[in-house]
Amino acid sequence: MKTLETTLRSLRESGRKALVPYVVAGATPDWTHHVEAAVLGGADAVEIGIPFSDPMMDGVVIQEAGLRALERGTTFESICQELESLETEIPLVAMTYYNIFLHYGLRRTAGRLHDVGVSGAIVPDLSLEESDEWRAASGDSDIATIFLVAPSTSRTRMRTVAGLSQGFLYASARMAVTGAASDQGEGERVVSELRRVSDIPTYVGIGVSTPAQAHTTAVFSDGVIVGSALVKIILQGASPTDVESFVRSFRTALD
Amino acid sequence: MDEINAMGQPDHRGHFGGFGGRFVPEALMPACVELEEAFRDAWSDEEFVALYHRTLREFAGRPTPVTPLPRLSQRLGLRIFAKREDLAHTGSHKINNVIGQTLLTQRMGKTRVIAETGAGQHGVATATAAARLGLGCTVFMGEVDTKRQELNVFRMELLGATVVPVTSGSKTLKDAVNEAMREWVTCVADTHYCLGSVMGPHPFPWMVREFQRVIGAEAAWQLKELGVDVPDAVVACVGGGSNAAGVFAGFAETAAQLYGVEAAGGAAVTSGSPGVLHGMRSLILQDEFGQVEEAHSISAGLDYPGIGPEHAHLADTGRATYVAVGDDEVIGAMRLLSESEGIIPALETAHAVAWMVREAGGRLPTGSTVLLNLSGRGDKDVAQVRAMLMEES
Repeated sequence: MKTLETTLRSLRESGRKALVPYVVAGATPDWTHHVEAAVLGGADAVEIGIPFSDPMMDGVVIQEAGLRALERGTTFESICQELESLETEIPLVAMTYYNIFLHYGLRRTAGRLHDVGVSGAIVPDLSLEESDEWRAASGDSDIATIFLVAPSTSRTRMRTVAGLSQGFLYASARMAVTGAASDQGEGERVVSELRRVSDIPTYVGIGVSTPAQAHTTAVFSDGVIVGSALVKIILQGASPTDVESFVRSFRTALD
Repeated sequence: MDEINAMGQPDHRGHFGGFGGRFVPEALMPACVELEEAFRDAWSDEEFVALYHRTLREFAGRPTPVTPLPRLSQRLGLRIFAKREDLAHTGSHKINNVIGQTLLTQRMGKTRVIAETGAGQHGVATATAAARLGLGCTVFMGEVDTKRQELNVFRMELLGATVVPVTSGSKTLKDAVNEAMREWVTCVADTHYCLGSVMGPHPFPWMVREFQRVIGAEAAWQLKELGVDVPDAVVACVGGGSNAAGVFAGFAETAAQLYGVEAAGGAAVTSGSPGVLHGMRSLILQDEFGQVEEAHSISAGLDYPGIGPEHAHLADTGRATYVAVGDDEVIGAMRLLSESEGIIPALETAHAVAWMVREAGGRLPTGSTVLLNLSGRGDKDVAQVRAMLMEES
């Protein structure tokens, strides 16, 4: 928890808006090259999606990528092995569903993630109320647990969620699963309410799909998470160079 | 309300022992909390409970009878009684739950329900109750199932519901649940998710069991009228487990043995392991990497890779026993009940019958009194069974 949050707080102090692209591990054979390309394009952290058979919080694009990854035989362990060979200076954050961690063993998961250079985890179906065991296990391996807040989260609850989230807070811009959206959503209201109760770095995701949206969103937040829009071009066959220039277009919009 | 200890309330976070809880995206947490509060409030309000029972009586045909099954009893050397949920409106116990949930939807001021369905029974029941109360209704159904169960799709549409074929994942029941959850995130302010079984996040497993408790409560007094104080065994089929939970709830505090019969290809207790799926911690079918496996059963209603968390707990404590029967035993059992008693059971129910046939004189000692929860009628399955028998001959 310490490492990731320290890094992201100093990033904010330097005046830079965080750009966090999302790559589904195993969706293509060269996915680790896509991660490296995202770093070259100006990412400040990369979310590594670990596929699950029943991704309740994901829209069609990420579902499709997860399905492809599973069909290629991707497992938590195979992802960790590929991450071992990845050389990067920026933080990596795992994103998956709780059953994957539960099945691998919570302490074993946290230790393994730490060993392969992951410093945070987003588990959208792990509610605050059920998170004690995981937070104990992850804390011991310095894996930050990042919680989400949604437009439906009450102010009282926001205080609790913000208090327990480590590294950063993931603010959902809208009541929806992952995927593109044309409007700006409710991100601004959610972030402004969060600001009253916490100073943890707050990144906005769910529906941030264009550099213009990223630019507008970064005005009121500390950064953006770009998931489905990037995964979509990867599914369409983007090369690492394509990924790099895609990410750079967001970087330019943020700077 | 009488609380029965063995099947009482879960703890304040919705846990039944080590199972249950609330594993949902943050966006849905407020809706789950709101629903829990609304249900607690309604269920302790005499007027709501009276309205629920009146609707079951006037609209759904309750109480359903308990029927002695003399010829099957003679064949098996048992004393068998059947709780006739097949005679409830729409042909199964599913109506009890949807009447409870749709009345609660109205009470919460919401105007629309969504539901998942496998074979279509819960979808038809939800569309029925929604039509009765004037609520909007959208049903998510795996694309594979919409093709297998075209007539049920038509029934739902006739009742004014919109049926959305689900094309994600394995395109069956578990994916329909995922899709309904995804939809619920976007419309939770005016829409209630009418889950079809004792599964999902708290308060669903508890609430659905309470709406199905009427099965066991009725059967208990009906058996007494027939001179049976307490049966030796209560037998019910289990997919998600709502009919079993409902009938078990009436006997959990008695000496009756409780048996839940799973389909061998969807046997979460018999072949599953602890995991988290669809908002609950329970027993689920999963591979060595924690990916959820598809269930495979002749009966679409039992084609679910999980089981309600309270059943996982009842199995854990030993209060109920869970067993599995294979597809091959089921058709014979369906035929046996049809020929010997003039009741064509649903394929789901036929699993319970098949296990009774197998265990008569074994785990069901000769002469013992058995209550079979006859959860649904078989009209929906006759075309499928006919085709299978023609293929064999």
